[in-house]
Amino acid sequence: MSEFKSATVEVRLPSRLGFEKVAMSSAASVARLMGFREDRVEDLKTAVAEACINAIEHGNRLNEKLSVGVVLSAGGDKLEVKVLDDGKGMTKQPAKPDIDRKMHGEEGPRGMGMFLIQALVDEAEWVVGCEGKSSYVRLVIRLDKEAE
Amino acid sequence: MQSETKSHVDQLTSPAGHPVTVLRFEGDIASTSKDAVLGTYQALPKETAKLILLDFTKVDYINSSGIALVIQMLIEASNAAQKVYAFGLSAHFTKVFTMVGITKYAGLFAGQAEALAAL
Repeated sequence: MSEFKSATVEVRLPSRLGFEKVAMSSAASVARLMGFREDRVEDLKTAVAEACINAIEHGNRLNEKLSVGVVLSAGGDKLEVKVLDDGKGMTKQPAKPDIDRKMHGEEGPRGMGMFLIQALVDEAEWVVGCEGKSSYVRLVIRLDKEAE
Repeated sequence: MQSETKSHVDQLTSPAGHPVTVLRFEGDIASTSKDAVLGTYQALPKETAKLILLDFTKVDYINSSGIALVIQMLIEASNAAQKVYAFGLSAHFTKVFTMVGITKYAGLFAGQAEALAAL
């Protein structure tokens, strides 16, 4: 497959749960145009959805006056996704979820979003914004050379 | 934006003669699905519904909040000495359920026939 010409797509979402599906669809469309395998598109969709849910719930605290920005930057063999919110960002990573601890009531049943993001894409980093605002998560997913 | 979660319950019998309660879900499984997922499960009679089969065939989207509802159900089922199995997940969500460890507490099958044959 020839190298994909660079392109950027931006989407703004209201801070309302459910609108993460708009970002999922946009990311999936761009990934398919780049030639990603369908299983990697599914990985990307879940990672983008979880990043948007975190931005809506924790970053913007469900304040519908604030929006979540999603910037999809496609180029070469990788797709980078930035999900931006108006929260203070995360300064430390939560512990990896443990199903045994959850089943025994030692940790809550939630808290798997960041784990899924990290497990499903090639790179994931959380960046704290300047003056405690405009934080973002940056995801990168790469085309699988062997599958091309 | 999220499609409403629908659920209904079927009573089946496995080829081995065991009664099996099937919870069939349709739509998205997300934070708004509490009544459809946990509510439907909690309405089952704990004394008789000992084998529970979750049907995800018509589910397109499951997020981490939806997975948390499934885990909450597994916790309650474990406390009530019920066994939970599932079928109909896409390849992607089979991978996700495996990654988060749900397969340790709920056996996954490709389809209903395979699940019933194993019960």
